[in-house]
Amino acid sequence: MSAVTETSTDVDRPPAIPRPWTAARITGHVFIVLWLMLGVAMVGYLVNAWNPDLFEKYAPYYLSGLLVTIKLVAVSIVLGALLSIPIAYARMSKNKLLNALAYAYVYFFRGTPLLAQTFLIYYGLGSFRPQLEAVGLWTFFRDAWYCAVFAFSLNTAAYQAEILRGAIESVPKGQWEGAESLGLHKYQILRKIVLPQALIVALRPYGNEIILMIKGSAIVAIITVYDLMGETRRAYSRTFDFQTYLWAALIYLSMVETLRHGIEWIERRITKHLKR
Amino acid sequence: MENVWTLLSWGPEGWSDDIAWGVLVTVSLGLATLPVGLLIGFLVALAKQSPEPSLRLAGNVYTTIFRGLPELLTLFLVFYGAQIGLQQLLHLISPGTNIEINSFVAGMVALGVVFSSYASEVFLSAFRAIPQGQYEGGYSIGLSKGQTMRLVVLPQLIKIALPGLANLWLILLKDTSLVSAIGLADILRQSGIAARVTKQAFLFFGFACMIYLVLAIISSFGINAIERWAGRKEAQR
Repeated sequence: MSAVTETSTDVDRPPAIPRPWTAARITGHVFIVLWLMLGVAMVGYLVNAWNPDLFEKYAPYYLSGLLVTIKLVAVSIVLGALLSIPIAYARMSKNKLLNALAYAYVYFFRGTPLLAQTFLIYYGLGSFRPQLEAVGLWTFFRDAWYCAVFAFSLNTAAYQAEILRGAIESVPKGQWEGAESLGLHKYQILRKIVLPQALIVALRPYGNEIILMIKGSAIVAIITVYDLMGETRRAYSRTFDFQTYLWAALIYLSMVETLRHGIEWIERRITKHLKR
Repeated sequence: MENVWTLLSWGPEGWSDDIAWGVLVTVSLGLATLPVGLLIGFLVALAKQSPEPSLRLAGNVYTTIFRGLPELLTLFLVFYGAQIGLQQLLHLISPGTNIEINSFVAGMVALGVVFSSYASEVFLSAFRAIPQGQYEGGYSIGLSKGQTMRLVVLPQLIKIALPGLANLWLILLKDTSLVSAIGLADILRQSGIAARVTKQAFLFFGFACMIYLVLAIISSFGINAIERWAGRKEAQR
């Protein structure tokens, strides 16, 4: 009994490791202070430049611009996803001609700027006005909005096809063989065995593609679609008030960050079974 | 309709010489942005893998901001924002003078920060691929921190980061087309002018797309050569 009381003397916690002010720590704090100053300056500027009239006048425009951006991205991503399936299929097929065609498609749309593609469709197809009128497609290609959706869908289809192909090819061949040995049909294997595994791999690239589309969609402002960027440019050209751009930046940034964190959350949830 | 080949010829009749100037602007903008972006990207990656939390936070803020903003918006923020900011600074010193931001420099800065924020992620994942033992080995044979970084880590880092950086170069090359929106006479703007004058929009924008494709193909040859050069010691390991 006494032996126990003798040994149980108070033990001090080991002293905290000293954290000297190294060069790295000083630099880090300097940069943090710089960022803070920048942030405070921006908030201060926005508070200072706060103008109820301006806000009342342009907030609805910004809102409609935001909706246009979201609609454009959503429609393009969905159409692109549908279009990417046959392209990915062609890219993986053993038919040389089909493969080459799909490769050329993907190479063209991934190798040229989205802005150039949009110009090619919006301005370029105007060269074929008589022919387009003859087949009744002119009303479609006359409208900047439809042209933007068309160009964006074709563009994102190329990227999504590559994502899909990469994800499907990342599933080991043994999965196909194992399922075949169980007597499953090819489409059953694809739907029940391969795609669930492939989509986990594809989630992050798909998320990145959506983010890239949101950011890329800003260029439609150049072909006079009034998305968020277009409304911003219009507001700036009328007021010459720089805060118009800062508001747009805040909106874009919060949109992208929300999406990024949402995708990370989904990824954490669907890969629970893979964590050890 | 004029002959297509006349329009695309070199000289006063055709537009090839004008578009060639655009190619020069695009390529020089890309080549001028690349070293700046690589350097800043490397420094930001160094900050983000440092054990010091404040440095990591500062680096992460940088990437979050410039990866989250659309490139076009960044370009406008730099172009108009820097103009207004510098103007006000200048007015403090000598009122009445005006300043114009060169659109080439604005493009370089905007594309540089975007490129560097992506490049920092590439470098960061390359840093993580290098085992801690490489640093420890360097220190144990008496190399200083800087020497370890330069002689031991960096050669391996570059080899790992190359594919990612090559990808970013191709993206940068495509992003240079955005500077046509702030009036720099790059490929797209020059072909846009040609398209407006000749009313042959499809021809000239198609031509512009082909030039971008050719640039991408040339780049991938260059990248392959660099990768071969960087991987030439691979067999010895």
